[in-house]
Amino acid sequence: MGPRLALMLKDAGLTAFVAAALGIFIVGFRTVDLGGGKGLGFDYHLVDLAVAVVVIFIGRLGLSMAANGLRWPAIVLGVAMIVAGASPMKLPSGFLHWFVALGGVLLVIRAIWPWANDAIGAVSRTPSGVALGKAGSKWFGWLLLAAAVLMPFSPFADQKTMDLGVLILTYVMLGWGLNIVVGLAGLLDLGYVAFYAVGAYAYALLSTQYGLGFWTVLPLAGMMAALFGIMLGFPVLRLRGDYLAIVTLGFGEIIRLVLLNWFDLTNGPAGIGSIPGPTLFGAVFAETPPPGKQTVSEMLGIAFNGNHRLIFLYYIILGLALITNLFTQRMRRLPVGRAWEALREDETACQALGINPTNTKLTAFAIGAMFAGFAGSFFAAKQRFISPESFVFIESAIILAIVVLGGMGSQIGVVLAAVLLIGLPEWFRDLGNYRMLAFGLAMVLIMVFKPRGLVSHREPSIRLHPAGSGGGG
Amino acid sequence: MTAPQVTEPLIEVEHLTMRFGGLVAIDDVSFTARSHSITAVIGPNGAGKTTVFNCITGFYKPTIGRLTLRGAGGEFLLERMRGHEIGQKARVARTFQNIRLFPGMTVLENLMVAQHNKLMRASGWSLLGLLGAASFQRAEAAAVELARLWLERIGLVADADRPAGELPYGAQRRLEIARAMCTEPVLLCLDEPAAGLNPRESAELNQLLVSIRDRDGIGVLLIEHDMSVVMNISDHIVVLDYGRKIAEGDPLAVRSDPAVIRAYLGTDEEAIDG
Ligand SMILES: Nc1ncnc2c1ncn2[C@@H]1O[C@H](COP(=O)(O)OP(=O)(O)OP(=O)(O)O)[C@@H](O)[C@H]1O
Ligand SMILES: [Mg+2]
Repeated sequence: MGPRLALMLKDAGLTAFVAAALGIFIVGFRTVDLGGGKGLGFDYHLVDLAVAVVVIFIGRLGLSMAANGLRWPAIVLGVAMIVAGASPMKLPSGFLHWFVALGGVLLVIRAIWPWANDAIGAVSRTPSGVALGKAGSKWFGWLLLAAAVLMPFSPFADQKTMDLGVLILTYVMLGWGLNIVVGLAGLLDLGYVAFYAVGAYAYALLSTQYGLGFWTVLPLAGMMAALFGIMLGFPVLRLRGDYLAIVTLGFGEIIRLVLLNWFDLTNGPAGIGSIPGPTLFGAVFAETPPPGKQTVSEMLGIAFNGNHRLIFLYYIILGLALITNLFTQRMRRLPVGRAWEALREDETACQALGINPTNTKLTAFAIGAMFAGFAGSFFAAKQRFISPESFVFIESAIILAIVVLGGMGSQIGVVLAAVLLIGLPEWFRDLGNYRMLAFGLAMVLIMVFKPRGLVSHREPSIRLHPAGSGGGG
Repeated sequence: MTAPQVTEPLIEVEHLTMRFGGLVAIDDVSFTARSHSITAVIGPNGAGKTTVFNCITGFYKPTIGRLTLRGAGGEFLLERMRGHEIGQKARVARTFQNIRLFPGMTVLENLMVAQHNKLMRASGWSLLGLLGAASFQRAEAAAVELARLWLERIGLVADADRPAGELPYGAQRRLEIARAMCTEPVLLCLDEPAAGLNPRESAELNQLLVSIRDRDGIGVLLIEHDMSVVMNISDHIVVLDYGRKIAEGDPLAVRSDPAVIRAYLGTDEEAIDG
């Protein structure tokens, strides 16, 4: 016990030291404009830093205790942190209270995790537990769907929530699209947002230059993005793993740079504005009809309400996302879908079985790109203004994070991860800059507790024995 | 053992040479293999056996040499074909020295992937499949039936819906052979299928290979270190050493060949006795 504790203390001390060394410049002081031409001065936050370092020291100590089986001491430390955070003790900022208390909560969760895990494992192995799990995973998807369909009619469907719903569904759709490429075919695509951009600009240009409507352009935009996917994929899909990732990353940047610099076509960094929104049977969502058009409220004979447009957008993206999902589910059960998964598992073995790896990857790439194209033209129609700034690398990274954290290849996992990664930071907008901390925290937590993603269960695409019979695994 | 039928050779390997930079892995090797027979390729470690397989199955492009396959579909010059076409058109299937299954997919799925090209055509390159056409459903049911047949032959019917990676080692070896057979090949190349098997599993494997030769009537190329397996079931043996062919013939002739005995240096005649 003695030497072990000494090691843990040393480790925690080292961690705290690193935190202090890094934090002194990031948190410790800040330059402020003194005003009145007095130049710049320093604003010290040393108490914040000290509290953070202490929390990190205790947290690290507790984590190594928990990892070494000393669960009770870890729980005591965690509870102490929660109490300290919740106490009326005077700290420089309210956030520090949260920081201390949340640290304690995490520590307690980590300490009791093995027990919880064992308990869950034991329950899920009993026959009724197995049945419950099966029914749960079967109904969970339907429940989510019902909730999504009914959401606009619920009492909390104010404008903020609906906006957020549209945003989350857009990422769910993008996640499901990228899931074909990354989750099923195993191709690491770091430039997925490029196809999203192609779809968005396709709609923006065709609608503003040629007056084409949303529903006409939607399939065209999908096809255009798929074409880009094939054009990029053909030369590069021979590459494996890291090389493919780098080339797709480069492609994403190239598309963005072209959009920025091809001024005549794309209007460069200024972007394209006054993009028409989607119409409902030819009627537009507006208070007063543009010349020669009818508004939806006139057509339906209801009073104008700004929310109607949002609800309409919500159902469009819900429909598009569901199409993406159903299509993918269906493809997974076809020979081509099985070949995608086989390629992910072992490309060499696929080649020995006479499967053309390049063509098979190309279909995955093109179909994934097509759905990004659909989502892109929806995005343009919703925003009514697009510029290259909407299609930066971080978007690709977020979509990829949704797929990976959701559990590669899992459809429900993508939904959960999108809600977590897009929804939480938006809900916590009040936290200001700290909301990115919530984002990072969610990612770290998932990777620590669920390294294979939120949903790691894989349903076979075909069975010899009916599900649940003795033959199943 | 059945006497090999006197037919045209199924595959003819002529003057095969494979160089890796300065290293000559195979040096002017020629041999033939027939349908309805098991041809063993043996030799000490590093003799070039796997490299011969890699040339035949299109993983390597030979430096020199001609590989002619005369199957049901006609005549193919394998050295000129792209990797996957050799499986798809010439119908040569193989297994790997280190098992290469699709571990996360189920046993049945592994066998379905093997029937990819046939099913792709039946699914109208996915269009008919997406529409749920009856013709595709029939083709898929037939494919499942073929898979079930092979699962029965390798004794894995009950494990059909388990992930392949969860199977015990010996079962994985058998599954890899069944997967190769589901491509309905004319030539099956097996790279050390008995490696790591216990004696009982090894005996079962012998039966499986003999049944593939006699029932399915295809040609089998077999790399094997276990001499008891080689001597028992092969009809013809090709011996490689340092990339050269040092002997060829039926088991009796090969086991008494002085060059072969010398090549297995440090081992006397006892060691290669069946
Ligand atoms: N891709 C390659 N690049 C360079 N050298 C190679 C390559 N593949 C094989 N070799 C070399 O060719 C020689 C023959 O290798 P091969 O794997 O064919 O032997 P083997 O007879 O299958 O041996 P083992 O019984 O150990 O499997 C070895 O010296 C090997 O190092
Ligand atoms: Mg070898």
